[in-house]
Amino acid sequence: MRRQLEGSVAVAKAIALCRPEVICAYPISPQTHIVEHLSDLVRSRELAPCEYLNVESEFAAMSAAIGASAVGARAYSATASQGLLYMVEALYNASGLGLPIVMTVANRAIGSPINIWNDHSDAMSQRDSGWIQLYAESNQEAVDLHIQAFRLAEAISLPVMVCMDGFVLTHAYEGVDLPAQEDVDAFLPPFAPRQVLDPDEPMTIGAMVGPEAFTEVRYLMHAKQMQALDDIPAIASTFAQAFGRPAGGLVRRYRSEDAETIVVALGSVLGTIEDVVDELRADGIRIGALGVKTFRPWPLEEVRAALAHAERVVVVEKAFAVGAGGIVGQNVRLALDGTGVTVHDVVAGLGGRPITGRSLRGLLDDAIAGRLPRDRMTFLDLDTGIVERELERPSGPHAENILRDLGVLARPY
Amino acid sequence: MTAERIRFYQVGSFAAGNRLLDPEQRTVQSRTERSNTLTSGHRACQGCGEALGARYALDAAMRATEGKLVAANATGCLEVFSTPYPESSWQLPWLHSLFGNAPAVATGMAAALKVKGRDDIRVLAQGGDGGTVDIGFACLSGMFERDDDVLYVCYDNEAYMNTGVQRSGATPPAASTATTRPVGMEAGNRFGQGKNVPLIAVAHEIPYVATATVADLHDLEAKVERAMTFRGARYLHVLVPCPLGWGTASSATIQVARLAVETGLFPLFEAEHGEITSVTRIRRRTPVEEYLRAQKRYAHLFGDPPRPDIVARLQAAANRTINRFGLAE
Amino acid sequence: MHQVRIHGRGGQGVVTAAELLSVAAFAEGRHAQAFPTFGSERTGAPVVAFCRIDERPIRSREPIAEPDTLIVQDPTLLHQVDLFAGLHPGGLVLLNSARTLQELGLDDTGFRIVTLPATDLARKHLGRPVPNAVLLGGFAALTGVVSLDAVVAAIREKFKGAIGEQNAVAARVAYEQLEAVHA
Repeated sequence: MRRQLEGSVAVAKAIALCRPEVICAYPISPQTHIVEHLSDLVRSRELAPCEYLNVESEFAAMSAAIGASAVGARAYSATASQGLLYMVEALYNASGLGLPIVMTVANRAIGSPINIWNDHSDAMSQRDSGWIQLYAESNQEAVDLHIQAFRLAEAISLPVMVCMDGFVLTHAYEGVDLPAQEDVDAFLPPFAPRQVLDPDEPMTIGAMVGPEAFTEVRYLMHAKQMQALDDIPAIASTFAQAFGRPAGGLVRRYRSEDAETIVVALGSVLGTIEDVVDELRADGIRIGALGVKTFRPWPLEEVRAALAHAERVVVVEKAFAVGAGGIVGQNVRLALDGTGVTVHDVVAGLGGRPITGRSLRGLLDDAIAGRLPRDRMTFLDLDTGIVERELERPSGPHAENILRDLGVLARPY
Repeated sequence: MTAERIRFYQVGSFAAGNRLLDPEQRTVQSRTERSNTLTSGHRACQGCGEALGARYALDAAMRATEGKLVAANATGCLEVFSTPYPESSWQLPWLHSLFGNAPAVATGMAAALKVKGRDDIRVLAQGGDGGTVDIGFACLSGMFERDDDVLYVCYDNEAYMNTGVQRSGATPPAASTATTRPVGMEAGNRFGQGKNVPLIAVAHEIPYVATATVADLHDLEAKVERAMTFRGARYLHVLVPCPLGWGTASSATIQVARLAVETGLFPLFEAEHGEITSVTRIRRRTPVEEYLRAQKRYAHLFGDPPRPDIVARLQAAANRTINRFGLAE
Repeated sequence: MHQVRIHGRGGQGVVTAAELLSVAAFAEGRHAQAFPTFGSERTGAPVVAFCRIDERPIRSREPIAEPDTLIVQDPTLLHQVDLFAGLHPGGLVLLNSARTLQELGLDDTGFRIVTLPATDLARKHLGRPVPNAVLLGGFAALTGVVSLDAVVAAIREKFKGAIGEQNAVAARVAYEQLEAVHA
């Protein structure tokens, strides 16, 4: 049924449709409306049977999810930013134990400096944690990806992170089609794990594995993620058939088949990018876009197939590897190894700075005219005056030094 | 209510021969049908107090729950020596997740069992003092605060033993550990630090809190059994000497635990919903010096130069505990 | 596409106004997107919310830099925030005020500014100075982008019982007051 809803509320309703049995969540902006609405659904018994745990930290949230999942319950959590980092030890534990926990990450920047607005540094920091990472472009896709996520997680016995841009998607009202309960039930059978903690058949889980077997265990984790490169499109296809619309998958091409320039991005910024592509196409420019829906595992073959014919690729990403370069850009370069395609790493939207159509058009003009550097990242809309002044004499926290330079530092009087 | 203490004056020793007891009063350990939950073959040190305590506690818990028990175990000695992959000595469903999250994992287990309509299966979480008092403390407090249906058992050997005897928040004053060595003017672990988690548990007003040691099997089993009659958050703090870390003879584990109780340094009590409901009075009041001299981790107090001032402070602390809990007979 | 930018202060229901507008447009079969600028939640601080309405799916999510219509819920913002940024000459501004443009010093801006004493109407019909629903009634009259019926339905869906009814009445009064202006 189609409704005009806040993104968080739509996602909460989608989670509820998946019949989670244990929800453990700790509030953090901008995920709060998701866990609040789920709390209401459980309290009103609209979502039942379900145990909702008000845990004392994100570390506890993921730990409780681990315990619940090990006992055979479908477990869910949600977090962002600092909260994701606080549970990192447990993230690796969950993936190492092969527990099919699903978690929403409402993408938000990581401090210091503290910043509650959207970028991808949180999820990107956990790209190697062994979790599957899916990125939603819209609230509709966020709804659809969560439903797919439970099925995927339980099929391959790996935890799945569904990423949606904090505030930009979570707090936006837009039209969303929520499926019917019976359709979700048909798509998502009850959770029935092969290994489960059961007094009738006791087993020991979580022993220390030494050098003689650790490599094999880790290899198997990688192998499972690589297998997911087949499972994800299969599930997306089944979803499209069952629910009548495409969602998820590995990548999504937009007018890229004959493009000379292709913009690569993850998440909600793809909407703005598509608008810009249409405007430039109307001016006769051969440009397209590639949306990466699954970041982990990295769909190397699909990315290569989509980009190899282009002259240049502009990767626009909302995070970067400090001291190194782009993150998505690095993965794209891996896919384009040997093709001779020029790749530009562009960092944009950090800490919630809006990525505007105007800025993107300027950026793409520069790219096409060959004015973009290839050997280092371009920071879109960077205030070079401020940073150059600061770099002359850096010391201590930059945010506070900038205020000094601008002459706006408060003094007692 | 603890079991009635049996006095064997006519025997002249502390021997507790089971033949003198009504069969119904015999310990779980004395029964051939006990679960043997932590079975033989584990790699604990000879004389390990924790292995003993875990066996006692879990067999009692399995009896009380008719074998319907799942366990969450923190990282530490117990976890390491009991599961030398690919072997395991656990005969119940058992999960080791992380160092600091056993209480939270157990919370999740209890919630899952409840939602599946299987809360006839009970949950026990366990860890050493490090995983309970320090790194797991936030999760422990959270579990208490929510009154989750979990029995948490802390095996307290008063330091991070598994990693080489480093000081924890449970290390007593003046004890020597790898990070509180008696070097120069320092006389071991500092006074004025440390966390009394049993009393903190009482302050959370959870249904049941108790302390016990491996020196009194009846008492420990009775407390586990009593704990299992409650629903909600329960805490059992068990003193378990570590021959390696304490520098005691491997044959002296039970004796040293008894000394800790008889000196007043480790009070035995029970509490329900924030009120102390019973204490075990000390039968044979013993000066702390006898307890300290039995352990190499206190040897520096009797070395060159000796530290009678420290011994006196420890005695004063023991006296204070005896007064505070009313342990004098 | 019609782009609306709503200015006000925390506690005045600015975010709800954008939400209601989007729900009204959705109910009439259009695509609509509403979102606020996001800051720490604090009563009294300047707040901006956005609403895009279109016949086709809306893909862009950047803040509205060039609105078609501005709704200003709190006139004290005039001297604090660059309210008119990005508004085209002749662009429409619906301003919550009981004063005249001359009194406000706004009679020579080049924009089409329409005032509505929304806070007074709110006090009268709701007993509380919350002008957001009232202004939406006015918006419907001035632009026709959404119908009054859709606005009222959205209000009633969001606010149950007496509060919903009172807001609906106030929106209608505002609509009728401005219908004449528009005509």
